[in-house]
Amino acid sequence: MTDISMPATGTFVQRQLDVTSQAAAARVKRRYRAEKRFRFYGLAAVLFAALCLVILLSDILNKAWPAFTQSRLTVDVPVTAEAVDVNNAGAGDYDGAVRDGLRAVFPAVTSRADKKALNAVLSSGASDALRRQVMANPALIGQTVKISATLSSDADLYLKGSATRAHEQPAAFAAKVSGTTGSITVDGGAGAFAGELAALKRITSARAESMRREATRLATTAQSISADLKASETRLASATAAGEKEVAATYDALVKRHTENKATLEAQTSAMRDSAEALRNRASDIKGSENLDTAMPSLLILIKGGVVKATSVSVDGVKGDVIVPLASDTAAQPGAWKMLVVESPEDSRKIQDRQIAFLETLKQKGAVQSVFNWPFFVSGDSREPELAGILGALVGSAYTMLVTLLLCLPLGVGAAIYLEEFAPKNRLTNLIEVNINNLAAVPSIVFGLLGLAMFLNFFGMPRSSPLVGGLVLALLVLPTIIIASRAALKSVPPSIREAALGVGASKQQAVFHHVLPLAVPGIMTGTIIGMAHALGETAPLLMIGMIAFIVDVPARLTDAATVLPVQIFLWSDLPELGFQAKTAAAIVVLLLFLFVMNGLAIVLRKRFEIRW
Amino acid sequence: MDAIVAHQNNVNGHWGGAGNAPKIVARAVNVYYGEKQALKNVNVEIPNRGVMAFIGPSGCGKSTFLRCINRMNDTIASCRMTGLVTIDGQDVYDSALDVVQLRARVGMVFQKANPFPKSIYDNVAYGPRIHGLATTKEDLDEIVSKSLERAGLWSEVKDRLSESGTGLSGGQQQRLCIARAIAVGPEVILMDEPCSALDPIATARVEELIDELKSNYCIVIVTHSMQQAARVSQRTAFFHLGSLVEEGETQTIFMKPKDQRTQDYITGRFG
Amino acid sequence: MSATYFAALAAIVLASYLYGSRRAYALRALSPSGGVHSLPVYHGWYMAAICALPMVILFMVWASAAPRWIETQAIQKLPVAMQSADPLARATVLREIASAAAGGALAQSASPEIKQAASSMQSLTELSNWAMLGAGLGLAGLGFLWGASRLRPDFRARNTVEKVVTGALIACSVVAVLTTVGIVFSVLFESLRFFGKYPWNEFLFGLQWSPQTAMRADQIGQSGTFGFVPLFVGTMLIMLIAMLVATPIGLFAAIYMAEYATPKFRATAKPVLEILAGVPTVVYGFFAALTVAPLIRAAGNYAGLDVASESALAAGLVMGVMIIPFVSSLSDDVINAVPQSLRDGSYALGATKSETIKKVVLPAALPGIVSAIMLAISRAIGETMIVVMAAGLAGNLTFNPLDSVTTITVQIKTLLVGDQEFDSAKTLSAFALGFVLFFFTLILNMAALKIVQKYREQYD
Repeated sequence: MTDISMPATGTFVQRQLDVTSQAAAARVKRRYRAEKRFRFYGLAAVLFAALCLVILLSDILNKAWPAFTQSRLTVDVPVTAEAVDVNNAGAGDYDGAVRDGLRAVFPAVTSRADKKALNAVLSSGASDALRRQVMANPALIGQTVKISATLSSDADLYLKGSATRAHEQPAAFAAKVSGTTGSITVDGGAGAFAGELAALKRITSARAESMRREATRLATTAQSISADLKASETRLASATAAGEKEVAATYDALVKRHTENKATLEAQTSAMRDSAEALRNRASDIKGSENLDTAMPSLLILIKGGVVKATSVSVDGVKGDVIVPLASDTAAQPGAWKMLVVESPEDSRKIQDRQIAFLETLKQKGAVQSVFNWPFFVSGDSREPELAGILGALVGSAYTMLVTLLLCLPLGVGAAIYLEEFAPKNRLTNLIEVNINNLAAVPSIVFGLLGLAMFLNFFGMPRSSPLVGGLVLALLVLPTIIIASRAALKSVPPSIREAALGVGASKQQAVFHHVLPLAVPGIMTGTIIGMAHALGETAPLLMIGMIAFIVDVPARLTDAATVLPVQIFLWSDLPELGFQAKTAAAIVVLLLFLFVMNGLAIVLRKRFEIRW
Repeated sequence: MDAIVAHQNNVNGHWGGAGNAPKIVARAVNVYYGEKQALKNVNVEIPNRGVMAFIGPSGCGKSTFLRCINRMNDTIASCRMTGLVTIDGQDVYDSALDVVQLRARVGMVFQKANPFPKSIYDNVAYGPRIHGLATTKEDLDEIVSKSLERAGLWSEVKDRLSESGTGLSGGQQQRLCIARAIAVGPEVILMDEPCSALDPIATARVEELIDELKSNYCIVIVTHSMQQAARVSQRTAFFHLGSLVEEGETQTIFMKPKDQRTQDYITGRFG
Repeated sequence: MSATYFAALAAIVLASYLYGSRRAYALRALSPSGGVHSLPVYHGWYMAAICALPMVILFMVWASAAPRWIETQAIQKLPVAMQSADPLARATVLREIASAAAGGALAQSASPEIKQAASSMQSLTELSNWAMLGAGLGLAGLGFLWGASRLRPDFRARNTVEKVVTGALIACSVVAVLTTVGIVFSVLFESLRFFGKYPWNEFLFGLQWSPQTAMRADQIGQSGTFGFVPLFVGTMLIMLIAMLVATPIGLFAAIYMAEYATPKFRATAKPVLEILAGVPTVVYGFFAALTVAPLIRAAGNYAGLDVASESALAAGLVMGVMIIPFVSSLSDDVINAVPQSLRDGSYALGATKSETIKKVVLPAALPGIVSAIMLAISRAIGETMIVVMAAGLAGNLTFNPLDSVTTITVQIKTLLVGDQEFDSAKTLSAFALGFVLFFFTLILNMAALKIVQKYREQYD
């Protein structure tokens, strides 16, 4: 490009822009299309970011929603003198008492398995409130107390419909039952259950198909193994021929293993093929009745105040076992009974059919309420999802933030004042400036390493404590606060300083009496934003051990504690489904705090912003 | 007024200015920045060839009027304009007119030299490229070298065309901007105080350049310096507080101004 | 105990302040000309400072030295057989003693030797605390006497107080430097110890990362293999995915906000981006692990692809979303810093807005944008929670975004959380990783800040 030469002849004609030709019009059109496209990309990028935020927040709110309510069971509990000793009310068998109260609702529950299932509907903390009530008022011993008991997480999730897919079907026809207990039939007349049966056949057919596919996959694996087997056999033969004993031994072992695997796999494959075939036959037999095993959806029939669990469905009727006895064996009118289809097979869910039957019965009796989950906010962590709360984490966060604020505000403002107002411009202060800017971009986990190596291992400070957590976070947000405070100090015009110096104030008096007060709103804004950052920080706190499982609410700065974001991290790792909602709920609480803090910062900025 | 426009359209055809008909005609131009009125009922005709100078104290609206001619005011959100500005009889503010093409035909040179942070070559080639003026590399090379030559910069930069335009001296930068403006072959060149940031020697070079260009272009120059206006322009318009006070032959304006305010400004009573 | 000490300190500060200011009023009355150099407040502050400073310094020295001395004494009370030179055993014994001394549940089950050491520790601690209080009060008293002797009408109390204040302000600024020094030392020392146990070239160029199990028999005294390459590749893979999301979207968002958006649009869109930036990373991690990863897995399965449940793609995508506001706000700043005169120059030649942006504004802002991207990369590399929650643990050496990879930060967290033997190569390797992470990001940040500084100078 550099070496363009002047044309030798001076016959240059200035090109005139052509605006009228078709080519020109097309070019302009193209340029405007490019303009529109470019503008659209920009808008799309902004909208994409907004969409991400909406998806993120709505996903979390959606997940958190169930955690803000809790299913509770109203039950009459006989607090007998045998169960609770008046002199030692704290040590009484309240769990047993609550269980007895529940058992009284289901007098027909006698078998061990049924009792166990019924007890499992209750939370292990169901009796805590009762214990407190009785300890506060021992006169209750010997009376029957109406309490509101916490349900187990599985029961709670079932009632909220978030773990198990189930739907009710009102029955449009009259049903005759053959008895009130034991194995009975529910007869709905010709073709009454054709719909249910067809749905079940579809599921059976799908199961047959997936089983067939699995069998094919196994067969492929078996084939590859037999290829390996062949290769090993060849190697074995050649090794034996060459007299390499060790190699031969290795391959001999391999051949044996492959043969074994191949046999097992082939047996599995043929067994699977057979059962797939059987299932397919069952599915194609449209009229034939369908047995409901634990791999199939469950069909519960709620009739006459009792519950029947279907074991076999035919076109006209259902055979089933009574879980909760029926009040009478008279025919039920259309609409006076209903079917409950639990789509997830019993194998793949935590709640059993009979527990569903118990819960549905309790629900019909009006003993189950959904209330605001207040305990979530006033209790500490727990291994049981239904009992876990965020109070411990909230208090831990509050302590940690307190330490952070007390340290980083004076340090940050002091450093900012020095650097902005007093520091001479030399290499040392320049170094400090560069250092602060770089420190602001150091990954947070590195601050955790600092805390671990320095505060815990070198100074021997207490592990997992809000004190150390606060220290680490203070160092983490210190650069942010210094930078914000310096900006606030810088925005105060020099005329203010000159005016103060002009009336004979010392440099420090000018700064502390005049400049600093004017910079306070800016410093506050920066501090709040820094604190919000610290409140959401997780990684460095993991390094200093604030990740321990702590049930108690911390009482001192040196107690082991956890903080809200770490609590979120801990819960998100737990396998129980109940914790997923709790995690999301804790996130909602954390985000609320952050929004309030950031909102406060914006208000402060708007309210006290002085334009010079 | 419509009649004038129609007439001129008939005589000159589309964009085809010729003869002594005025190149630019402004009628009843008012410009507002938000609530503030920056121009009040400006009427002026600018001839087809030669240099017209706008003079007046700071904030009198001369730059605002200049920016009306190529609709640079469009880039300011709060700016509103009424009245009529035509170039060769074509309404500049006609909604059917493409502002992008208008600006290609009306070049502009700014107060402070603003070369793009690109090579000298790319600075000049930028306009021809976006307007598709050259189809081959040779064409583009020719446009660049010719434009630089016309701007009187060729001999100084021909060996370092790939160096950054921002590395030139202030006067060279301004001449580069002029080369950039004439590379797209405009009919009008608007100059907004082109020498205010230059030293006297660089100013002299730019003034020489304006003098050379005046036979081929319609040049409108806004200037602070009355001496400059006297040196380079054939016609001069005096703006004061948003109004066009007086317009005429440069000599007349400077020797025998009709308006007292012009007299006062020229003799240095205010400014 | 420190509570008592600080209560005493507060009382002394108050008393000496009152004394100082009262004395100044008295001096004012006594002085023949009625003039005292400084205001009484400064005399008060002077007295308070001269009493409090020795006490504060004493506390710092004592509190950091005394526990070590007490520990040594307590260990010496043990039978020689239980005094081990091994730091690990020593730490274990100390923990036992400390918990016995604290009188927790373990106190009853402790052995008699431990109990004896614990009681000696208890009494020594008490002694040390009282001694500290006494020494502190003594120092404060000395300071008080010396200070009081200097209070005269012509004493420049204000200048002295201001010197103290300046000193305190300098100390505040030095904390930031000390933090950096602390970081460097803590990662450097532990890294050196690690490289004493494990050859550095095997660390830097090793292709296998499995800190839990020994891979080869000839690894003497090693607990595992520490090949850095899989972590580096994993980190880079996730960073790359994140930047592929964040760079175009962040940049286009910045361009739109700076050049096209109406003030009204900006007023709504800016807070949206700020909220996105303010969401804690643990929330992004939750979102990545529980929503995005299963979604990607389902989509992959639907398309017949084998997607790991902790795929690099999920972590990278969510990290990219997290970084969008970071890129956009930094780029917004640099785009706004491009002078309007350049845009005017381009418009005046008849360029459209997008042509002006593409050919003039962006090239002019390029250094700033590059540095913004570098800062974003440094952020992506150092990000911990998203990858801890959504990326894997196994050090797979792969470039497949659908596979599970692990990163530097994930490994640091995994190696250091939970029970750790402090001297094992496994634990120390985390510090070596921290060292690499710190210096890698430091170089990126410094380069980026340098570019920004140069860029600012260009247009100032």
